[in-house]
Amino acid sequence: MLELILFYMASTIALVSTILALTRANATHALIYLILSLLAVAVVFYLIGAPFAAALEVVVYAGAIMVLFIFVIMMLNLGEKGDRQEKQLLKPQVWIVPVIFALLLLVELVLVLSKSAPATTQGLVTSKQVGLTLFGPYVLAVEIASMLLLAGLVGAYHLGRRYLEEGREE
Amino acid sequence: MDGVSIPLDHVLLLSALLFICGLLGLMMRRNIIFILVSLEVMLNASAVAFVAAGARWGQADGQIVFMMILAVAAAEVAVGLGLVLQIQRRFKNLDMDDANRMRG
Repeated sequence: MLELILFYMASTIALVSTILALTRANATHALIYLILSLLAVAVVFYLIGAPFAAALEVVVYAGAIMVLFIFVIMMLNLGEKGDRQEKQLLKPQVWIVPVIFALLLLVELVLVLSKSAPATTQGLVTSKQVGLTLFGPYVLAVEIASMLLLAGLVGAYHLGRRYLEEGREE
Repeated sequence: MDGVSIPLDHVLLLSALLFICGLLGLMMRRNIIFILVSLEVMLNASAVAFVAAGARWGQADGQIVFMMILAVAAAEVAVGLGLVLQIQRRFKNLDMDDANRMRG
């Protein structure tokens, strides 16, 4: 029963914070809500029996990809408007809703971890199983993913390099 | 295990609702940062569906596809944010409607 309640709580948090993220006027506020939504989805992954996917969701999505977004928003250098946004970001009312949601997720995490057995109700897919499948039948997919990431790296370098060079000429 | 289990339907419903949120955001927002965020939300929603289906049958395949989606999302964000920098430099704002002209 506990799993069901936790699942519905996490899904509600994910949906509400996604909607809030997409309706913000300010990109930084939107990113805070989006990170919250990704963390809630990670809790859902853990509850349906995919702990490895949950860890990847936190590390890669909420960690790496969101950091990229934040770096670019910082690089855009919004000037006077950016300073005003920064001051606004320090006001408490901006933080109240995300903090409440994050605390709810923390409570869920503590509840799940306090049980001795993993709180998964269906078949648990362990990371060992995932690894064996990934480098067994799906090894071609790993190669394709590496080519894709290389293409992304070259593309991003090309676009970013021209940006830096044009900035130097001014 | 013991009777109570999270119904697959409800996880798929969550995935569909998240996807709809992303799609509506993609159609309504004109700021390119928000368009990229909406794309992330949609990719994430499809990943939820894959992981839920994989967990339902106890197979690891769902999580493999999830990792592929992660790789696609990372590559897409890297190139997309490079384009954001270019558009900001060229048009001095992030409105996609300013960037609807092609040269030629």
